[in-house]
Amino acid sequence: MTEHHPDPMNVTNPEHDEHHIVSPLQYTMVFGTLLVFTGVTVGAAYIDLGLFNPVIALGIACFKACIVILFFMHVKYSSRLVKMTVGAGFFTFLILVTMSLTDYMSRAWGRW
Amino acid sequence: MSTILSLPDQRTATLPKKNYLNNEHGILSWLLTGDHKRIAILYLISITFFFFIGGAFAGLIRLELLTPQPDLVASDTYNKFFTMHGIIMIFLFLVPSVPATLGNFLIPIMLGARDLAFPKINLLSWYLYIIGGTLTLTALVLGGVDTGWTFTTPLSTHYLNTHVVTAATAIFIAGFSSIFTGLNFIVTIHRMRAPGMSWFRMPLFVWANYAASLLMVLGTPVLAIAIVLVALERTIGIGIFDPTKGGDPLLFQHLFWFYSHPAVYIMILPGMGVISEVISTFSRKRIFGYTAVAFSSVAIAVFGFFVWAHHMFIMGVSNYSALVFSLLTMLVAVPSAIKTFNWSATLYKGSLTFETPMLYAFGFIGLFTIGGLTGVFLGSLGMDIHLTETYFIVAHFHFVMVGGMLMAFLAGIHFWWPKMTGRMYPESLSKLAAVVTFIGFILTFMPQFILGYLGMPRRYHAYPPEFQVLNVLSTAGATVLGVGYMLPMLYLAWSLKYGAIAGDNPWQATGLEWQITSPPPTENFHEIPIVDYEAYDYERLEKMKKHEVTTVG
Amino acid sequence: MDNHTIAHTEEHHVSLPQHRHHFETEEQQREAATFGMWLFLLTEIMFFGGLFMAYLLYRNWYYDAFVAASNTLNIGLGAVNTAVLIGSGFAMALAVWAAEVRKKGLLVIFLIITTLLGTVFLGVKYVEYKEKFELRHVPGANFDISRFVNPPADARDQQHLAPDMAHKTEIYFSLYFAMTGMHALHMIIGIGLLIWLTIRAQRGAFSSGYVAPIENFGLYWHFVDIVWLFLFPLLYLINIHPMH
Repeated sequence: MTEHHPDPMNVTNPEHDEHHIVSPLQYTMVFGTLLVFTGVTVGAAYIDLGLFNPVIALGIACFKACIVILFFMHVKYSSRLVKMTVGAGFFTFLILVTMSLTDYMSRAWGRW
Repeated sequence: MSTILSLPDQRTATLPKKNYLNNEHGILSWLLTGDHKRIAILYLISITFFFFIGGAFAGLIRLELLTPQPDLVASDTYNKFFTMHGIIMIFLFLVPSVPATLGNFLIPIMLGARDLAFPKINLLSWYLYIIGGTLTLTALVLGGVDTGWTFTTPLSTHYLNTHVVTAATAIFIAGFSSIFTGLNFIVTIHRMRAPGMSWFRMPLFVWANYAASLLMVLGTPVLAIAIVLVALERTIGIGIFDPTKGGDPLLFQHLFWFYSHPAVYIMILPGMGVISEVISTFSRKRIFGYTAVAFSSVAIAVFGFFVWAHHMFIMGVSNYSALVFSLLTMLVAVPSAIKTFNWSATLYKGSLTFETPMLYAFGFIGLFTIGGLTGVFLGSLGMDIHLTETYFIVAHFHFVMVGGMLMAFLAGIHFWWPKMTGRMYPESLSKLAAVVTFIGFILTFMPQFILGYLGMPRRYHAYPPEFQVLNVLSTAGATVLGVGYMLPMLYLAWSLKYGAIAGDNPWQATGLEWQITSPPPTENFHEIPIVDYEAYDYERLEKMKKHEVTTVG
Repeated sequence: MDNHTIAHTEEHHVSLPQHRHHFETEEQQREAATFGMWLFLLTEIMFFGGLFMAYLLYRNWYYDAFVAASNTLNIGLGAVNTAVLIGSGFAMALAVWAAEVRKKGLLVIFLIITTLLGTVFLGVKYVEYKEKFELRHVPGANFDISRFVNPPADARDQQHLAPDMAHKTEIYFSLYFAMTGMHALHMIIGIGLLIWLTIRAQRGAFSSGYVAPIENFGLYWHFVDIVWLFLFPLLYLINIHPMH
């Protein structure tokens, strides 16, 4: 009892996570989805959709990444902190890309 | 002169019998420790060692610049001087300085925890630092690097045959040291606060280190990939930064500065955290606008990621992009200004005393403000075209880094020295050192603003004769500055054996670290405290003192 | 006294031998470890992110060269590798589940399957790299652009590049080797860790409630998988219409 400390603000684990266990069935469905969309990606690549080819390819890749993150990596059942952390990582990556692009895309506009 | 210093009766005072320093004996107990306090001491010794090597290079640079002719050393050698000075001072001194020494020591204690979240990774972090430092010295001994600390391509990839890859590897490894420190801090701050220690009850020192840790974790990997690519370019010739093969040298700079701009905030934010603690203690007042200061730390970290191309205005980025970055640079100055206003408001009607840490803090506020303002000048696109790559920039970053950060580091070392060692340093000598440092600093770097404005380029070791007077002034100042930095080395070492016994709370400061013994026990707290009060609660401290029982030994 | 807090602590009190003294509870230790691994993965996102930025830039500047170079890659092998890696991710997720429900035998089996599939992936990559060496498409002194200036009859992409643009295929291959090489390095490290974890799992280290290393390694493995999910379309599937 001497070791127990009341933690009224519950700072050590604010969200009191139940340790959610994802079932093998859910994993199998995700696995199946990933394989199907891999096939879709390859198939779509052989069709000439002009500007949309890379859009579709990247879109599918993002979707696959999302379901891996949410289910295989348990983020759907994780604390808010973990969700924000994942978001922060991708946000920073997007900053690197978009702000570098402000340079590269506007070079062709000429000097004023 | 009045002082708040309150030492126990020296006739009966002793150091605590069991503390983290004497808990275990033998060199292995230090080299294999998991104790964050011992790791902090290991870092302190290491970074001091590298500081003096970097300082030696500064001395050589100033020696060469005494005369307009390039007469002391050859051009390539001079390039090696400023390169090694930059690499060592930035990566091996400034980046780890406050976080790895004071942060490691204090953050668990300030939060009421027994250690950082990952003690083994903390130790690994120190070993990575040592390996990075050794590799840097290896590059030095093998002949040095002369690219400038910025490794600008295509100079570093195609036109030099110095030990770039060795130096790049060294920085890569030291970068991981930084990442692991930041990672440890973030997890500890989120998950290991004592019961009742909410975010807004944490000392501002913790907030500042938290913000810096975010930058360490998110920014450093981009530097890592940039220098990996430089190494690949040099060894295999992949063409990624090679204009003749279609590569863009500016891509390297985008990746490099994406880290290196947040890096300057990694360097300064922990120092600002120190200043908050010192100003509060020596004004006997809660920091004015605690929430604003806390949020401004995080704001600096976030905005710090949006402005990197202001280091590239003359390098060939498009003007439109330069405009965007210039505008954002103006914004990033705002949170720093908020902090400075809040510190000033704290001083107002505070009960001020001028012990050494406070002297360094005042020096910080003045010199950092000048440095920061000149940063705003440089952020303005039109001014920057004229001033960049001149001594104006050199003066600017030395004002913020040396006048700002190094002074904050010394303030912190002096402030927490009694806590870390149990001993007080000699106050009059330390005050003298602080004043000498301040005078030396102004003499060294103020002339450089003028030199830059008049057009003297940086990284040149010859200059037109009309600039000599200012250069001689600067070198003279550097000598004084050197004396100012030697003094603490000497008296701090002296104090380890002969300094007065400090007692638990010589400064009568608030904060959990002052409620345990000096030096602290290995486990920090015999019982984890329950925190039901705000930070900087001086009234509570007064009430506690009335009911205090002094323990002996 | 806060009854809810007492009850909570007693319910979840697990005195595992791996409990570190500087944590107050097991739960805190587990949370901290997972959070720490996520922060490490953030550094990996930014590390690979720099390479993706370089890719984005040069694909835009030298699209024709990227198309020509990408068409020399074997899509079949790439797709198979993608499926293999997804399979290993599936096995790893099942391994985490097995550890959570404390089934030692299944845990070891799934870890072994993960390792095997990872090794298959590396084997296929070796085959692909070997082909690149033979065609002299490895950046450096030996780089050969003749296939791009004059494509052989069996080449999927028949466009003749001007020598200037043909030289830019070296940048594509630099990125190809840098990105897949960095990815493969992470796979190798992962497989090394997997072997170690499998041995420990066999000894029962993870079947009595201490699942953190399996969980957190799983995070790392899935991340490496996600990188490949982006590398595959970006490197292998640039403009491969049959009529091109």
